[in-house]
Formats: sequence, structure tokens, C-alpha cells
Amino acid sequence: MDNLHGLTEQEYETIKSLIGREPNDIELGIFGVLWSEHCSYKSSKPLLKRFPTEGPYVVQGPGENAGVIELEDVFVAFKIESHNHPSFIDPFNGAATGVGGIIRDIMSMGARPIALLDSLRFGDINQSKRITKGVVKGISHYGNCIGIPTVGGETFFDECYNKNPLVNVFCIGIMPKNKIYKARATKAGQLLFLIGSSTGRDGIHGATMASSQFDEKALKRRSNVQIGDPFYGKKLLEAIMYMVDKDLPVGIQDLGAGGIAGACFEIAYKSNMGVDINLDEVPLRENDMNAYEILLSESQERMLIVIEKENLQELINIANKFHLSWCVLGETTTSDTVNIYFKGEKVASLDYKIVAEGVPSCYTQPSKTFSPSMEKFIPEKMEPKDLFMKLISNPNIASKEHIYTQYDFEVGTNTVLGPSSDAAVLRIKWPLRPDVKSEQGIAIKADGNAYYMEADPYEGARWTVSECVRNLACVGAKALAFSDCLNFGNPRREDVAIKMELCVNGMADAMKEFSIPVISGNVSLYNETVEGSTITNVMPTPVIVGVGLLEDVHKHMDHRFKKPSSLFLIGNLNQEYTLNGSLVQKILTGSVKGTLTKVDIEKEKLLVELVVKLIKEDLILSAHDVSMGGLITNIFESLVDTNLGASISLYIDEDPIVFLFSENPTRIVVSVEQELEEQFKNIVEQTPLDWMLIGSITNERNFTIEYNGRELIRCDLETAKHIWKNSLKDFF
Amino acid sequence: MKIGICVFPGSNCDYDTYYIVKDILQEDAELIDYTSKDLDRFDAVILPGGFSFGDYLRPGALASKTPLAEAIVNFASKGRYVLGICNGFQILTELKLLPGALLPNENDKFICKRVNLSVENISTAFTRKIEDKEVITLPIAHHDGRFYAPQDILEEIEANNQVVFRYQGENPNGSLNAIAGICNKSGNVVGMMPHPERISEDILGGLDGLKIWHSLIA
Repeated sequence: MDNLHGLTEQEYETIKSLIGREPNDIELGIFGVLWSEHCSYKSSKPLLKRFPTEGPYVVQGPGENAGVIELEDVFVAFKIESHNHPSFIDPFNGAATGVGGIIRDIMSMGARPIALLDSLRFGDINQSKRITKGVVKGISHYGNCIGIPTVGGETFFDECYNKNPLVNVFCIGIMPKNKIYKARATKAGQLLFLIGSSTGRDGIHGATMASSQFDEKALKRRSNVQIGDPFYGKKLLEAIMYMVDKDLPVGIQDLGAGGIAGACFEIAYKSNMGVDINLDEVPLRENDMNAYEILLSESQERMLIVIEKENLQELINIANKFHLSWCVLGETTTSDTVNIYFKGEKVASLDYKIVAEGVPSCYTQPSKTFSPSMEKFIPEKMEPKDLFMKLISNPNIASKEHIYTQYDFEVGTNTVLGPSSDAAVLRIKWPLRPDVKSEQGIAIKADGNAYYMEADPYEGARWTVSECVRNLACVGAKALAFSDCLNFGNPRREDVAIKMELCVNGMADAMKEFSIPVISGNVSLYNETVEGSTITNVMPTPVIVGVGLLEDVHKHMDHRFKKPSSLFLIGNLNQEYTLNGSLVQKILTGSVKGTLTKVDIEKEKLLVELVVKLIKEDLILSAHDVSMGGLITNIFESLVDTNLGASISLYIDEDPIVFLFSENPTRIVVSVEQELEEQFKNIVEQTPLDWMLIGSITNERNFTIEYNGRELIRCDLETAKHIWKNSLKDFF
Repeated sequence: MKIGICVFPGSNCDYDTYYIVKDILQEDAELIDYTSKDLDRFDAVILPGGFSFGDYLRPGALASKTPLAEAIVNFASKGRYVLGICNGFQILTELKLLPGALLPNENDKFICKRVNLSVENISTAFTRKIEDKEVITLPIAHHDGRFYAPQDILEEIEANNQVVFRYQGENPNGSLNAIAGICNKSGNVVGMMPHPERISEDILGGLDGLKIWHSLIA
């Protein structure tokens, strides 16, 4: 790091004038971390204000360690976070500590974490083995050992992520109603009790590192990466749950970015109360650590608990019971300063409001905008079957089982639907707490197709939100709230800033149209690599996770065909089909561009309601939304792991390639038993939506597609299955 | 029946097993802390899956040095029922209550999937309600599940009919003789890599695990 601790000259001047003196080295280090992009959102705050954050289920919106919604019997806490920069430098530890960090965020709310999702973006698969293997092993190592299932996610490959992989991890937890903990003290004289692992030199200035672009020296920043220990994490988790069950904490804050400094300033600011901190007793794992290192270390598996003095002995007993180290780190005061003492000296003294609020905004609204070209991509004449075979071997479509079978997706015995589903479905129970139990179910799904947002940022973002809501509906769930992770390149570059602006507007507008709020999230900027004169920024890749509700967890649906039946496409079928922004465009031309068809969100809302109703009334056997790879991929995915076949006959005016491979939204494929067809059609016809009979599911293991009476594709399913299943085999 | 579930630091299938015994089987269940020394009140104890002591040193190695482990050895010597699942199986081999060892999977990866098993010994307390050679489907989730024993021990295990479960079809981890679970000579101690507690409810997509639980409480 440079001698300004990641701060700019201008920020340094601002600090001097705000505190009325030269800051010392330790104070500068504190500003360096807490004014980093990662901690302060200085380039994105005005954008985040555009998202809707309120709604009927929301108990806690953005601003705390996680957002919380209310279901009939329980509260549910969730959040997504990124660990992008560390995962390039040290893929295993970067990804592992990403998992550990988000789990602690959920614990901080007093919730028991019950599931993880991961949303991964890797570079060209042939150049990324070090990263892909390391990241998957890191997630597997941490999640499996701590005993929280990784129930789903998405993995996407594109060369723009070669040196800037994206590792976003989402965690969800459950808790009894009306028992939320926050990062708060309530009065002066309360103690800050540090519990967990000892403090070492790992991860110092991790947050600052995560807020700048990479250059040729990126891999030398290994000491900025934290090291995780899931066994310690598990002990800490059980200790926190134990003290929460006894209602001992006044407030809870995990130690993440900025370590002890970050956590103490957070508590001071949110409680509007000063804090006196003494670093002398902090358990250390290395000798001769100085105050700067102790304050800013991002060593993992540590939490700060605000307690009443009279509960100290009980907290010490808990720490000892779970073999965790601890110390009394400090005490709340009536002043407006955070004072830090080390070896009898006051080493730093800062007004917490200045630290929390003083950072100058770096946001400037772009003066230009970006208009995608109106040109429609039409591929040169080619055999549809060749194109289909290209798709199923493409890493973005091929089976991800080589990844997810390395994750324990069933521990906790709440996984009703796991990886490879349209969305994961969880039941709600906590065996030691009979009050934390429900017949309702939770569905979770991560989405963020960067090709849509690269081609047409505003509309692509609307497609992404729609896709997430539609995915949840396909398992029988109504979307209630989102968590988002805004991954972009360097916002100082105008083209990046413009697309970021458009994406956020598109997401925010779509969420408002759906009336579904964002209640937690994270921003990761500077996903950029500069090597000599080559500058590479990631495509705009906001990832959203939708959390949905199943009124009855037993009434869930999956995408697999079950038996011979009729196959219908339902939704908004009368729209302009396009291959712009599609995987086919990327495969055939090497890039994605052009406008996307405007998604009719009113119709999308009707479609998701319709599908949830069809599932509830047992009128369909399967449901799967049309998205990446188009209709043909959709049918193949529902077919491949069964013993059935599909005979598709299309009678349409549309070009068959466009119709089969287009990724246009607001469409779901459902299979229906013949005797229920009339009833099914009647229900669809009560809405302004369309249905189209596209073929039948048969006992013959074949996949054929006819177009206006002539055979277009005949595919041997076992060969296709082999290709689809094994394309990623050697990369994980 | 009073069934104890052993909790070591790092166990993570303890609550899942507790839930099955208490809520699904409606039997008397109790979590037992690893510092406990007395198991007299139990009819059976289960060592659940997880990563006891973070798998440090070797899976199961540190758990086998705890007071509770000593009590389990004592409990088993009285002929009472002991079931080790996954990490529990690893602990039982470390304790020498069961022969052999569980080594890292052949592909050196964690594997989470459902597998088919043939039930090869139906005289144990955990398999007595299952048909001989019946094929059941249970989930596995482990990194160190490759059963190994020296040739002479392996022959002895086979000769004594100590193989309880054998992978049917695919051998997922490279276990010798496709062994997924074994018992001791007297049959009161059983260790298995697959997780019956994960597939004992309709909502989780299968009921084959119940066959093991119903054998126990029959």
C-alpha cells in the first residue's frame, strides 16, 4: 500500500480540516479502511438510494449486517456479499473467507444460518484452472466443515473475468420472531466483548485492496488476503447461538472489513455513543504486533458483543465452554470520540461521526448515456442441431455437477430442492427451538446474466430481475425481497460508470414495478485489471438473489419431466423474439450487443401468479423458465436426467433458430397430464397470457423437433447427455 | 428407547440426527457433550457426521481422545448399540472399535450425492428390518470415505460377514471391496459413510433411511 493508506490527496486534506490537525499514522490507517469504497460506498451511495427498500414483509432493510423479512412463524435474515479481489490473489482462502464472512453477518442478526448460495464468474475456462479449482475447493472447505449447506448458485464463464473473477456468496438464516440483534450499545458503561479467534497479521488492509484495480503486482498482495478456519467458525457460531438463546447480548457486530477498528466505529456511530478501546488484552497469534496491525487486522472468526457489565462472567464462561479466546476490548462512553489505548498511551482519538460521515462523495452522474444498437442479430444459415450441440457443451450450459457435488448441499436436512433446480427450496425448522418451525417454505435463487446487461444495460437489468422472480415461481414461490451485489469495473471510467448507472436504474425500476424491495446487499467496484496499455473491465454484473415464500413447503415443483404428458409454453408469447444478448450471439460472434425486447412486467407478474397457482392446484407436472440457451436448452434440461423423450412440433411464422434459441423473458415451459389439459387451458385463458402446445413427452428416449411439419432436429439423448455432463469434468 | 447423540466440537449432523430420533421417530433423544463420561442411561448412542475438531490431524483422530470416546468404548464392550455415521464411522475406526481406516476419496474431492447400497448383513441392530441384499439409496457427503484395510484384515472382515453395506453399481470413493459400512464381530457396533438421517422424510425426497432407524427401535 502507498503511504496514504489508500486515501487520495484530496481525502487527506479533508481529514486534516475535519479533525483540525495532522492525523497520526494509526488514524490515517483507520480512515484508509473506513473511507475505502468497500466500507464507505462513496461512489455508489446515490445509486443505492434508487432501490425500493420497503414492503409489507420487511422488518429490517439495508444498513444492518443483513436484511430481515417476516414470515408467518419466523423471521428470515439474508444477505449477499462479494469476495472478488481476494479470490483472484488466493482463490482458496479468498473464497473460503467470503463464505465465513457472510455467515457471520447472518449470525450478527441473531439468526441461525441455514443455507448458502454462491454466484461465481470465471474467465475463459481453459485459462482459469488455478482460480476455478481453488474457489470451488475454498467454498467446499468452509461451507462443508461449518455445516451450512451450499444449496445452489450459478457459475458463468467469460474472458472478461480472466483476472477479475467474481465470487459472491449469499447466506440465509432463521430466527424466532421479534428477536433481532443489531450493532448497538444502548447506554454508556456497557462492555465490548471480543470473542473468537486470536488476531494475526493476515488481511491487513484487505478492504482497501478490494477497493482498487489490479496491476501486474496483484499476485504479490497475498498478505492482504485473510485465512479462514471453519472449525473455529463452527465453534464461534455455536457460542453466538448459545448466548442469543439466553438473550445475553445487547448488540452484536462481526469483525470484517477494517477489523477491530471497523467494528468499533460501526457500533459507536450506530449507537451514537463514544467508545474507549484498550488493545493490550487482545489475544494475538503473532508476537510484537503493533497497535496499527492489531486494529486493522482482518483475521477471521471474531465477533464483538456488546454486553451489560453484570453478564461478563457468563460471557467468559461461554467463551471457555466453546474454547474461544476473548477479551474485554472496551467500554461505551458518553463522549463523541472513539479513543484507542495501547501500552498506556492514547494512540488514536477520532470523532466517530467524522469517520462515518466525512468521506467526500466520489459519485458524479455520467454526462453521457449509452444506446445499444438497434440492429437485430440474425445468424448465418446453419444447422440447428450443430448449434444445439455447441450450446450443450458450452461451459455456461454444461452440467455444473462437477462443482456442486463438491458442496455438502444437504447438511441441516432442510434442503427440499437443491442445486440444478430453478430455485432452491428450504423447509424451516430448528430442532432445538420448537418455536422456530413452519409449514411455509423458503425459495432462494441468484441471477445475473451479464450478457444481457452488457448488450443493453437498462433493459438487461429488467430482464435479470424478471428472470429471478420467474425462477422462484417455477418452484412454487412468490418473491418477497431481494439482496443484491453490484459488481462493476472501475467507476472512474466513463463507459463503466454509464453502464452502472443504467443497470441500477433498470434494476430499481423493475423492482418497483414488481413491488419487491431490496433489503441488503453489497457493492464491488474496481473489478479492473491494467497491464501496460491493456485495460480490462468486467462486464456489468450485478447479481440479485430473490427470496420467495411457499405457502406450503410440501407443494413445491421442479423442472424435470415426470411421465408422458403434453408440453406447453405459457406466458407472453406475442413479443418480438431476439438473439441480441444471447449465448448464441456470444458463441457465434464473440460478443454481445444490440437492444433487448422490452419485458412487459405486468404480464410477468401475471405469469408468476399463474404458475404458482397451477402448482398449488396440482395442474402441472413440471415448470422451467426459458432463459440462457433458449427454449431448446430449457426442454433439454428438463429431459436429460429422466428416462423420457420429447417430440416437439412447432407451427409458427417465426424463424426457427430465433424461436428456439432466443432468451426472451416471460415464458415458462410446463408439462401437463392429458386429462388435465382442458382445465389447465381454462385457467390460462382467464388471464391475458398465451399458451402454445409445443409437443409431448414420451417414453421413447429421443429428442426431435419439427418445424411446420418438417423435421428440424433429431438428437440422440444419451450422446447429448454425455457431452452435457462431462464438458466441465476436468476443470474442477 | 433412550438414544444419545454424541456432540464433539465440529460435529455438524448432530442436530439432524437428534431431529430424526426425537421428532420423526418420537423416541427419547439426548445430545451428549464430548466431556461426558457416563452413558449408562442410554440404550444406544449415535456418533453423527461432521468435522469433529476440524478434521485436524486426521478425521476422527482427536475426537477419539476425548472422555466421551472412552465412555463409548466402555458402552460398546457391554454389547450396547453404537452407530457411527460418516465422521462417526471415522471415529469408531480411530477407536479400533471397528477395523480398517477411511482414507481420502480416490479423486481427492468432497463428494455429495446419492448412492445405491446393497445391504449385506441383516443381523445387526441397525439392519434387522431390511431384506437381505436389498438395494437402498442413501446420500453420501464426505472427503475421506475410502475404506481401507490390509489384505488379511479385509479377508477376515469378509469371512466374518462384517460388511454391512456395499456400494452397488458405482463405487464413489474407491473403497476396497466397495465397502460403505461395517460392523464389529459381535454386530452391536456399526459404522457407515452414508447418511440415513438425510433421507428419512418424504419432503427430503426419500424414506430409505427410515429402514435403519426402524431396525434400531424395533
